[in-house]
Amino acid sequence: MSSILNQFPFTEKKDTRSGFGAALTKLGETNPKVVALTADLAGSLKMNEFAKQFPDRFYQIGIAEANMMGIAAGMTIGGLIPFTGTFANFSTGRVYDQIRQSIAYSQKNVKICASHAGLTLGEDGATHQILEDIGMMRMLPNMTVICPADYNETYAATLAIAEHDGPVYLRFGRPSWPVFMDQTRFPFVLGKANVLVEGSDVTIIATGHMVWKAIEAAEILRERGVHAEVINIHTIKPLDEEAVLASVQKTGCVVTAEEHNMFGGLGEAVARVLSLNYPAPQEFIAVNDTFGESGTPTELLTKYGLDTPQMVAAAETAVRRKTTK
Amino acid sequence: MNQERRTELEAMALKVREHIVRMSTDGGCFIGASLSCADLFVYLYSEWLNINPDNLTDLNRDYLLLSKGHDVPALYGTMVELGWMPAERLKNHLKSNDHIYWHPNRNIPGIEFHSGSLGHLPSVGLGIAMDIKLRGGTNKVVVVTGDGELNEGTCWEAALVAQAYKLDNLIFLVDRNQFQANIRTEELIPLEPLDEKFKSFGFEVKRVNGHDFEALEAAFSSIPLAPGKPTAIIADTMRGKGLPSIQERADRWFCNFSGEEVEQLLKELHGEAGASLTSETLTVR
Repeated sequence: MSSILNQFPFTEKKDTRSGFGAALTKLGETNPKVVALTADLAGSLKMNEFAKQFPDRFYQIGIAEANMMGIAAGMTIGGLIPFTGTFANFSTGRVYDQIRQSIAYSQKNVKICASHAGLTLGEDGATHQILEDIGMMRMLPNMTVICPADYNETYAATLAIAEHDGPVYLRFGRPSWPVFMDQTRFPFVLGKANVLVEGSDVTIIATGHMVWKAIEAAEILRERGVHAEVINIHTIKPLDEEAVLASVQKTGCVVTAEEHNMFGGLGEAVARVLSLNYPAPQEFIAVNDTFGESGTPTELLTKYGLDTPQMVAAAETAVRRKTTK
Repeated sequence: MNQERRTELEAMALKVREHIVRMSTDGGCFIGASLSCADLFVYLYSEWLNINPDNLTDLNRDYLLLSKGHDVPALYGTMVELGWMPAERLKNHLKSNDHIYWHPNRNIPGIEFHSGSLGHLPSVGLGIAMDIKLRGGTNKVVVVTGDGELNEGTCWEAALVAQAYKLDNLIFLVDRNQFQANIRTEELIPLEPLDEKFKSFGFEVKRVNGHDFEALEAAFSSIPLAPGKPTAIIADTMRGKGLPSIQERADRWFCNFSGEEVEQLLKELHGEAGASLTSETLTVR
């Protein structure tokens, strides 16, 4: 009988984008300043219910993402809180200069909400599977970067960013995924990491879909006598440095896990904190500086080294390196 | 507009041009594009826009967004002449202790948005115009674009959406000075017939002499030109206007003159002999 997985029972799988859509509708009811924009992807972003209930506050901009970012920046001038919705690729790389100049540098209160991030987009292939977005957004001064782990956390994060004054990049995805982040046990607090599993041998710091994989890995590691601590980093910037350091000081080594290129993302953010404060062996579960390809999400996670067995192996390597360094 | 007022505005515009010329040394500035739109700013801020230092946080003000940011010396010169900032402050041009440099910075009161990278503020202007509509306001948004800037696709993305949302509180004002960097627009990426382009995008269009205050008044006083439609005012202007020695010269885009040349140019502005310019022309920056 599994011990760790039992602590995270889930009865259903849902896509994180639906958590965003449901919370956006909730914000429509509770916060009259919230407006929503999309670049012709209302259905994919689950924004149709908001559009139906609040037509005056919903803006269909057409397939013109750069224009949408500028419009959103302009809409903030009287205190509105615009939420933009499109795919992660079109939310970042395609519109980087608009975000940089008119949102981040101009410190505008725009919420850039991005679905279909990473390999788990699946069949669309590399053109749509952005693996660089966390890096691009992290590098922008004034930007907050959030990547929730499941439906519940995406819902909570969507509500929370409306209360945060400043530009935010909220990254979520397309596939159905276990719904396991009980918000009474592990409430979403912006900038605050959640320690999901306590352990003493290795810290697994994961974000987004990889958090569930980390729990699965911790279960297997426990059976092999390795006690892994699992931390859910939903807020990649600003990073909860205290939580990272407290855990790694206890365990002495770390695995970071993200559905992103190994460059620029969570792994490097953690590495920076450790190199400045507490150098420790670190293994990276991330895409090995390559583009993705078309396939099912499950196949792709395995092929690109982002599945549970690879995470177990990485943890074992990290533990080994503690004694051989 | 009576003759007296016209004379006053012309006098103010001359002073604005003096400020621009003074900013074209010690590092220089985009003097040509600044001189082409000086009259537009003098007219709009003096006569038409409801913007002043006391209402800069009032939501019911009008909004002017300088999308072709590199002509900002004309705006700063106008602000000085309107008493928004002391002339002394322009001496901080390009100094790291102030925010007065080649592109607009919103730390200067009256600058609504940072700009510099082109083609951004048409979209931002749409967002402000939509916000005004949502609030039921009647204030106006003017986005000043360059003509070369219209190469940027985002300008036309914004134009498409402006007509879709019937933003008759939005005005695109094109400083049609015929040049971009070191070449005539029509030799690089032809824009004409520009009025027809905007019309086909659903804009109501007026084409005016951008150095004629009465013509500007005639155009702006009838905005919205058509209810439910965004407006494009194409202001035909001259790059380098007021200085025959640099007027309409492709190589006098960005200039960094010597102090002596600046003195000559100031005299030239007042109709005296043409300046003899020896500073290297700039074909790349």
